[in-house]
Amino acid sequence: MSNAWRNFRGTQWKEEINLRDFIQNNYTQYDGDESFLVGPTDATNTLWGELQKLQKEERAKGGVLDMETEVVSGLTAYGPGYINEKTKDLERVVGLQTDKPLKRAFMPYGGIKMAEQACTTYGYEPSAKLHDIFHNYVKTHNDGVFDAYTPEMKLVRHNHILTGLPDTYGRGRIVGDYRRVALYGIDRLIEEKKNDLATMGEREMVDEVVRLREEVAMQIKALKGLKEMAAQYGFDISQPATNAREAVQWLYFGYLGAVKTQNGAAMSVGRVSTFLDIYITRDLNEGTITEDDAQELIDHLVMKFRMVKFARIPSYNELFSGDPVWATLEVAGMGQDGRHMVTKNDFRFLHTLENMGPSPEPNLTVLYSSRLPETFKRYAAYISVKTSSIQYENDDVMRPVWGDDYSICCCVSATQTGKEMQFFGARANLAKCLTYAISGGVDSKTRQQVGPAYRPIEGDVVTYEEFMPRFMDMMEWLAAVYVKTLNLIHYMHDKYFYEAEEMALIDTDVRRTFATGIAGFSHVVDSISAIKYAKVNIVRDETGFPLEFKTEGDFPRYGNDDDRADDIAVWLLKTFIGMVKKHHTYRNSEPTTSILTITSNVVYGKYTSNMPDGRKAGAPLAPGANPSYGAEKNGLLASLNSLAKLPYKYALDGISNTQTISPSALGHDDEQRAKTLVSVMDGYFDKGAHHLNVNVFGVDKLKDAMEHPEKPEYANFTIRVSGYAVKFIDLTREQQLDVIARQAHERL
Amino acid sequence: MSGSNNGGTAAPHDGEAVLYVHSTESFGSVDGPGVRFVIFLRGCHMRCRYCHNPDTWRMASDSDKATTVSQLLDMAERYRAYWGSDGGITVSGGEALLQIDAVISLFEEAHRRGINTCLDTAGQPFTRREPFYGKFLRLMQSTDTVLLDIKHIDSARHRDLTGHGNENILDCARCLSDVGVPVWIRHVLVPGITDDEESLRRLRAFIDTLTNVERVEVLPYHTLGVYKWRELGLRYSLDGVPTPTKEEVRKAENILCKRPSEK
Repeated sequence: MSNAWRNFRGTQWKEEINLRDFIQNNYTQYDGDESFLVGPTDATNTLWGELQKLQKEERAKGGVLDMETEVVSGLTAYGPGYINEKTKDLERVVGLQTDKPLKRAFMPYGGIKMAEQACTTYGYEPSAKLHDIFHNYVKTHNDGVFDAYTPEMKLVRHNHILTGLPDTYGRGRIVGDYRRVALYGIDRLIEEKKNDLATMGEREMVDEVVRLREEVAMQIKALKGLKEMAAQYGFDISQPATNAREAVQWLYFGYLGAVKTQNGAAMSVGRVSTFLDIYITRDLNEGTITEDDAQELIDHLVMKFRMVKFARIPSYNELFSGDPVWATLEVAGMGQDGRHMVTKNDFRFLHTLENMGPSPEPNLTVLYSSRLPETFKRYAAYISVKTSSIQYENDDVMRPVWGDDYSICCCVSATQTGKEMQFFGARANLAKCLTYAISGGVDSKTRQQVGPAYRPIEGDVVTYEEFMPRFMDMMEWLAAVYVKTLNLIHYMHDKYFYEAEEMALIDTDVRRTFATGIAGFSHVVDSISAIKYAKVNIVRDETGFPLEFKTEGDFPRYGNDDDRADDIAVWLLKTFIGMVKKHHTYRNSEPTTSILTITSNVVYGKYTSNMPDGRKAGAPLAPGANPSYGAEKNGLLASLNSLAKLPYKYALDGISNTQTISPSALGHDDEQRAKTLVSVMDGYFDKGAHHLNVNVFGVDKLKDAMEHPEKPEYANFTIRVSGYAVKFIDLTREQQLDVIARQAHERL
Repeated sequence: MSGSNNGGTAAPHDGEAVLYVHSTESFGSVDGPGVRFVIFLRGCHMRCRYCHNPDTWRMASDSDKATTVSQLLDMAERYRAYWGSDGGITVSGGEALLQIDAVISLFEEAHRRGINTCLDTAGQPFTRREPFYGKFLRLMQSTDTVLLDIKHIDSARHRDLTGHGNENILDCARCLSDVGVPVWIRHVLVPGITDDEESLRRLRAFIDTLTNVERVEVLPYHTLGVYKWRELGLRYSLDGVPTPTKEEVRKAENILCKRPSEK
């Protein structure tokens, strides 16, 4: 122990599990520039070359290279695996989800039907034995949810007014504090959990205590399993890591355990960069490693994150296109004491995009503040200009809420590392809700009475006075059924698909948030604006259904820094989260909401009818909190100003904004482009905005990539979409067209 | 020559100067130092054959909506957070100097508000005759940077390209050098028209006589504005002229932009 912790300062973290205290006492700030960085080692080039070959093969085989059908995934189910047996000695960081690279594990606990369908979709025969077991003997999360769903829940699900509900796969969004494995070793973590368990329920043995006792017991088993998993690779992780290589490896084993046992929509890595820098700096000071070794470790770790895959079904891929896993990983940020937390390792993680080219994963996230060192801001912006693979989130608005050791647990949502878990819950389609307010709860597509049969609007014009009370009533109903549905889903997930391994790396006394979401935001804002400021005529079909709208006159649109529209946006967000908060949330979790849609804006749009803002039936919704297509008339900064008006406190789960800027609009050369981008982000985040996805390329490049995906230069062409990054050629054609249609900010 | 220009058509509006604005852009990053709010004014006397904004040529008339100085600056200040230490506003066109009275008011008020100012001009209205010259000198007192387009170093070819000779434009450059306002010289590179080596070398020699040039930019000719000519029912005379290759741009930059030590 004393050897593992040699030269580390501080005492509190030694007495209790406290990563924040360890980091604050031991990290080394870096104010310099990127000139210390080194290129890839031969080993890195060899392994990355192997992996690229495999990725190419995977694409050639229709998206899946190999699949397990006979053995259910678990911590030790498959034995060790390497990128290539022949080069395994080159791997400085080891561990795969299965016994072979890019081979997808069989994960039935979220839902056996989904797991089997994933096999058959890609031409694999599911195991008859496992079919029998999971249909006749073992109940899954999906079975539990559908046993308990009410008729109303099935109806709203079927009509896609609630979408993307995690009822057939892992809910994800739980970030285990994987750093704990490295700092404390497994034995100490088991000891702490045993202490928690020993005293739990001494006073009262109520339901919640019984459940928690069972959960902690499962966590202890998972920790033991993690040790066995590491032993398969020849490592004993019972004790703390003694050097940088072990720290990286121990930490990765913690993460690997998560992705072997859960197939959550988002399986994030967390805030590991500054932590690992402490070990690397110690080794560099002791002269046991060089900068080449340090970069190699980070490159190899990142390579592993680039390999995480899950077996999915086509309808899932439609929602979340391009095989994302949200292995989100944060760099930078500021400390509560005012010191910035940029270390050399933050440069190294960004530098992986140079050493191994652009990549969607890990989902590299810069926790931004205008007070970060200029050198770091410039370098991050430069990497954005070169790769379009980074997202930025405003540390200055998140830190007051979540402290200075939070992670991003999906696309953009903050969570206190090791202290919190989330009940994630997809989206309420408020665009559809708006049309229900006019039609009296009848769906335009199915003509089912989905919402309550409240009074419809019967005249020929949608007046503001008639519309608003109806919309408020319909939103109240939707918020209620939404929260109820999520309560039910998360009850079943805890019961049948509990995240024992991840929760083992989180405090037993855990904070829980309940993350709702909004889809169709900009279209609702613009439609309300049209109703308020223009004349919205109803065009009814032969049955009298309000199927289309003819809007006469101009109206202000969200995305132009026009307070008339932007005030509606703020009102809508505040009103919706207020409605969500009225309801009981499962396990007394704290309700939050997001304006975030991932690539699902395309699918949601398909099920959403004509709207008063002029959006046509079936057209994609604008993604996340972005303004609607073609609405932005005053340029990039006007659009950013509109976004920045949305108060983060009403959307603690995140406000996603994706902007594509043509290189020529940013400057004449990359240096100037990076400088411009820093100015833009300083301004945007100082105004209190939450998030920015930055893409730097022209529409021409997108069109060419869509038509010629076989060109080598597009193999890793990465773009940021709402909340994550994706290889452009992995998007469906529909989604590619959607990306192209979005207004890129260009200048003549 | 439009030496008779008396400062454009702008009339005071409730005692405040007004500008005839064609459009504004919240995010200019290649229009002077840093990130800038760009104001495109209406009206230009030049008829550059490659102009990508021919929709700004028409002079303002009484029927056009005028914008007051404070309205414009209030609009611009919504973006102040993005300007950092070196950004601000840029007045472009059209030809900004055709509304020189209003631009003086705008820049003086901008300086009172602590806003960095930049004038993007082709210099065509410049003359040393009064009353323009006095106004110009006054304007320069509140101008932080001038972006001066030199379309061609040869006056005859300048006339062929733009409809005007370049004598007063080069004189404008000399005047700016004497006054000492920082200038960025910009040159649009059109293959076969403005890119022959001899002209570029002559242009460089001229630039080297100036003492205030902070930067020289080669702007590659592009055809993205051609559709506007068609919309306006105008004939575009450069059809078939290619955009310059990267190599051609680099070559021109070597001649025009490199500092002596880099040569």
